[in-house]
Amino acid sequence: MHLSSGFTLLYLLAAVLFIIGLHQLSSPKHARSGNLVAALGALIAVVATIVVLHHSVLNWVLMALAILVGIPVGAVAARAVKMTAMPQMVATFNGVGGGAAALVAIIEFLMVPKGTTASLLLSISVVFAVVIGAVSFSGSGVAFAKLQELMRGTPLTYPGQQPVNGAVAAAIVILGVLIVVSGVGVIGLWVLLLLALVLGVAFVLPIGGADMPVVISMLNAFTGLAVAGDGFVLGLPILVVGGTLVGASGTFLTKMMSDNMGRSLGNLLFGAFGKVQVGAETAASGQRSVHSGSAEDIGTLLAYSQRVIIVPGYGLAVAQAQHVVRDLADALEKRGVSVDYAIHPVAGRMPGHMNVLLAEANIPYEQLKDMDEINDDFKSADVALVVGANDVVNPAARNSPGSPIFGMPILNADQAKNIIFMKRSMRPGFAGIDNELLYDPKTIMLFGDAKDSLTQLVAAVKAA
Amino acid sequence: MNTQLVNEISIFVLAIFLGFEVISKVPTILHTPLMSGSNAIHGVILVGAMVIMASASGPLQLTLGFVAVVLATINMVGGYVVTDRMLEMFKSRNPKGPSKP
Repeated sequence: MHLSSGFTLLYLLAAVLFIIGLHQLSSPKHARSGNLVAALGALIAVVATIVVLHHSVLNWVLMALAILVGIPVGAVAARAVKMTAMPQMVATFNGVGGGAAALVAIIEFLMVPKGTTASLLLSISVVFAVVIGAVSFSGSGVAFAKLQELMRGTPLTYPGQQPVNGAVAAAIVILGVLIVVSGVGVIGLWVLLLLALVLGVAFVLPIGGADMPVVISMLNAFTGLAVAGDGFVLGLPILVVGGTLVGASGTFLTKMMSDNMGRSLGNLLFGAFGKVQVGAETAASGQRSVHSGSAEDIGTLLAYSQRVIIVPGYGLAVAQAQHVVRDLADALEKRGVSVDYAIHPVAGRMPGHMNVLLAEANIPYEQLKDMDEINDDFKSADVALVVGANDVVNPAARNSPGSPIFGMPILNADQAKNIIFMKRSMRPGFAGIDNELLYDPKTIMLFGDAKDSLTQLVAAVKAA
Repeated sequence: MNTQLVNEISIFVLAIFLGFEVISKVPTILHTPLMSGSNAIHGVILVGAMVIMASASGPLQLTLGFVAVVLATINMVGGYVVTDRMLEMFKSRNPKGPSKP
């Protein structure tokens, strides 16, 4: 479409604000204002678009209505969601964005007058945006279902999965080429859409729930690229800039996240294939004895320690126990015990998730220690108190090459003089694998809801 | 190739490099907010959805356009709001910004 230069400049301003916003989002000091700067850019782009468009009345009313429906849905969902459910929320917002990108491309294709063929550029961009957008849409749906525990978080594999997925991908490529070169037309595009939706589901199913954040980050980059594709379809540079920025920075971020887990992206995405039997073997080792202790005993042990390191995990967040854990730390500090929190980069359900959750309970920033910062201190700690975490302290990541989490950097909780594990049950963690540390002679289990157990511990420490 | 296309390809290529450069080194604690924030940025698809809606005709195109605008609005509005909520927490802890001992 042709825009007057005034509006083109407004779009340029919006694009600049996106770039500044994205840059600021990567520094802790300016992150929040960066987000607002980007939001201002989006607002400018939308308002400029409203002003410049020449709608018929019907189209205008429908568009306004659609926006008025979307605003409260997005805002209320974003406000109401619990901090623990943040990852699935981001997955959802990303998925709907991908869906919108696919739809925009489809509509543009429908607008090609009958009897004429679309230009090469148009069909290439349309095929690209539809495929990538649809994969992102359905893939995010599966990621949501896994994180929300609507379905099992463990990798879902079946024999022949890889060839089947490969065949779907190949069919998409062939059909895409056919649409571009021979003008198969609208029917072909619908089939393409369907195949891409199937691929998105099939692609995410075999990936374990613990790896979902990386998948969401990748799908986020995908949606960005689909949006950029729409920019070519519609001749809108603002979409090309916004989409490509997200596509490129999202790819970079995805790589950083998988590096944090000590895995290559390829291993993470395709690692579950052909590993169906491995899970069965490790599950057989569940018949050994564990030591469990009473809250009073453990409270005394804590009270007479010099150094305690708390390892918080997602279980703590689920039990909404951030505040009680703080009470416990305060009670211990009052007795002169030094208390730190060891934060694994992927503790919780997303990198940095745990920091957000603990910040909610006003736990001082200085006590939150990164893995690299604190890992050598476990040797000198009297107690490692593991609250609702599991995979991030599982020595299998160091010792057993067959384990799905092998190679992931872990917190050295096993090197502490005592390890206290607070868990609801012996159920394995989110990655679905057994934890050797539970059977360690130095380990004492405290079963129960994290919040109740912590409350008992606070009382026990005060009484000791 | 027309000029507009050449321009767009130039923008595309430059934006790729910009995207890589602009976030360079990000501390782990910001990975989640950064993902969420960039998720909101691709909500700019709303502009595309509005443009396509302007020239849509017939029930099929209008319906698809309507859905596209709704979805894109949710992406954009929800994305920015949820990111702000995450980052709000970093701020409330320490009003003068993070300070290391």
